[in-house]
Amino acid sequence: MIPELGHVALACALCLAIAQGFFGLAGPIFNKPGWSAATKPVSVGHFVFVAIAYAALTYAHVVNDFSVAYVAAQSNLALPVIYRIAGVWGGHEGSMLLWALMLAGWGGLLGVYTKRIPLSLASKVLGVMGVVSVGFLWFTLATSNPFERLIPAPMDGRDLNPLLQDFGLVIHPPLLYMGYVGFAVAFSFAVAAMIEGKVEKEWARWVRPWTAAAWGFLTIGIALGSWWAYYELGWGGWWFWDPVENASFMPWLAGTALLHSLAVTERRGLFKGWSLLLAVSAFSLSLLGTFLVRSGVLVSVHAFATDPSRGMFILGMLVFFIGTALALYAWRAPQLAQKGGFAVLSRETFLLANNMLFVVATLLILFGTLYPLFLDGLGLGKISVGPPYFNTVFIIPTLPLVLLMGLGMHSTWKKTDWSQLKGKLWPFALAVFLFALIVPLVVYRQFGIMKFIGILLGCWVMAVAFIDPVRYWWRKKSLRGYSRTMISMAVAHFGVGLFVIGVTMVETYGIARDIGMRPGDTVTVEDYSFTLTGTRNVQGPNYSAVRGEVIVEKGGDEVTRLYPEKRTYLVQQNPMTEAAIHPRLHRDIFVAMGEPLGQGAWSMRIQYKPYIRFIWLGALVMALGAFFGMTDKRYHVRREDEVTEQAKPAAGGKLQEGTA
Amino acid sequence: MKSRHQRLVAIGLVLAGVGLGTTFLLKAMNENILYFYSPTQMQAGEAPEDRRFRVGGLVVEESIQRTDGTMEVRFALSDEAHSLPVVYTGILPDLFREGQGIVAHGRMEGDQFVADEILAKHDENYMPPEVAASLEHTRSQKPGYGEAGYGGGQ
Repeated sequence: MIPELGHVALACALCLAIAQGFFGLAGPIFNKPGWSAATKPVSVGHFVFVAIAYAALTYAHVVNDFSVAYVAAQSNLALPVIYRIAGVWGGHEGSMLLWALMLAGWGGLLGVYTKRIPLSLASKVLGVMGVVSVGFLWFTLATSNPFERLIPAPMDGRDLNPLLQDFGLVIHPPLLYMGYVGFAVAFSFAVAAMIEGKVEKEWARWVRPWTAAAWGFLTIGIALGSWWAYYELGWGGWWFWDPVENASFMPWLAGTALLHSLAVTERRGLFKGWSLLLAVSAFSLSLLGTFLVRSGVLVSVHAFATDPSRGMFILGMLVFFIGTALALYAWRAPQLAQKGGFAVLSRETFLLANNMLFVVATLLILFGTLYPLFLDGLGLGKISVGPPYFNTVFIIPTLPLVLLMGLGMHSTWKKTDWSQLKGKLWPFALAVFLFALIVPLVVYRQFGIMKFIGILLGCWVMAVAFIDPVRYWWRKKSLRGYSRTMISMAVAHFGVGLFVIGVTMVETYGIARDIGMRPGDTVTVEDYSFTLTGTRNVQGPNYSAVRGEVIVEKGGDEVTRLYPEKRTYLVQQNPMTEAAIHPRLHRDIFVAMGEPLGQGAWSMRIQYKPYIRFIWLGALVMALGAFFGMTDKRYHVRREDEVTEQAKPAAGGKLQEGTA
Repeated sequence: MKSRHQRLVAIGLVLAGVGLGTTFLLKAMNENILYFYSPTQMQAGEAPEDRRFRVGGLVVEESIQRTDGTMEVRFALSDEAHSLPVVYTGILPDLFREGQGIVAHGRMEGDQFVADEILAKHDENYMPPEVAASLEHTRSQKPGYGEAGYGGGQ
């Protein structure tokens, strides 16, 4: 009964999405403000109905209603409740519903928080959101109905894939989707602006906080995925250039470029067409990711089991949305008025360089991801493009990017005075240069060009990130009145620095050893000695495992005891490696059991990972920066203020620029 | 700066970016593409001798041998027409077992394939698409062979 209720609610949501799309887009065209105004409550109702459907599916999971085919495939009587709830998004149908829920959620938020935006624009934005939602709800109902019954119901479910039975499943997909889907808002704003045929500075100001929010979620989502892969399936790796990782990373890159381009559009009224194009690209890449994951064209840990009709459906949707948006762009972009120039050395130029480098990185990764598919599709052979390709094409644009980041942060709009910039930054540059030279030589006694460059760039960004806020605070003894946008930029860029340091240290000083160990054997890695005392059998709620005990010592003192496991899940009979990790901010010790080698011996992987936490910490700091930026008060001025501000834009504009 | 200059700068940056990008792309591509070959194709001498490539197939039943005291493991990989001896040193993926479809990266040394990476997916019903395709090819050559049990995941 409950599942049918969910099914009906989902159908209702589709109807509301159609209404939202129609009234939202038709209202401004036929000049019916009533229609436009109606889209706001409709968008909230649309969310409520998807939420009801979602709650119904969650209920079916929690009570283990195996008469629902999806539940029977994804759950099991012995499955802990938390994984039943998270298991809702553990498979294709449920995760599609989660996707739809997020999309409707963003739409509902838009419905509530667009009071400050002119009704005709808000109406179009909601209309486009509605149309996007129609696509996904229709897809879910037509090809991936999670409420389908399985008669007769089996006695027990097939259980959730053991790999997914982890805390990572609880948090990684929702946050990732939140970001992924959040770019639909920027996309809708872009399409709405193109329908209107004008892009004002205000437009950029409206869309910026939404983009920042989506970007922040996506950043955390990707970082959590990396962290999860690290301890669960990566044997200590943190990024694999798996096509599906790329699928989430490409929207992130495009979204990052978009955030920076929007800054220029908001402050200077430039890069308008470019911002529109990036907004369209970011969401298109999200859609492409969906297609890659769910159509079965990819080989990946993430790829869902598939049937071709789903792939064709998503491909159709992809073509429709991207095609329509690009056609609109081709029509409208030439009409966008831009006035005002900038000097060769100016903040605009730095942001342009940022955009170029991000776009180049995105395209190169896109190429590496799709090229094998094209070749295969054309019957020209089966190839795979390995991580070295991606490392190369990613690092090349990233190095100048991080270098320029430090300069760009301290440049000024329109024209930057080089001698002033130099005067401000050279002491930092020198200090960082010496630091990057000394640390590898003195502390690690091991020099390498990549170590030097990585430490140099990471410390460079971190060192210069807070110069301005600190100076301001020094003068005024308070940060009151200092632009929150500028603080958010400083924080996010500091996060980039942390990330760069983390990557550099792990990749250049990390140690991994695969070795066969008998009980009693001791291995030394870095300064740590690892002794395997023995293994024993243990029983979990839905698995049995062999658990090893490894004593880790440093200089004769015990650091910790680690208990890596090799689990066998009872239902699916899959073996699973559960690594044991001793994390500290400056290093992780990672021990995983491979397979039995006979006579009580096991193959073990022992790893020393310096500063790996900085990778995820950096991402978290970046996201915090983005979220903090949303609190800037210019995003929260009332509509009346805005009207007066628009009447005398010069004064308002100058004031803002002065702080930037 | 006049808007025409601006445009020139922008175009210049784009061209420089594209040029740089393409150069690295081609270089990186060239070095890091791995072609896939089935044991049958290798038997026919199609596989390169001087570079890494991918090979895939089913791990032949009862072919896994360990060398005592080391991490070295030997097994045979088959596409049901031909089989290929593989040697690998390191930890195998959790789902590596006899009868499972896997993909190995590495190169030929003498008449054995020395793998430096073994991939097996986390789903016992999963078959790497390349392996599925080559098995299908083999079976289509041998009439009367059943199709049941193979194909993608569920």
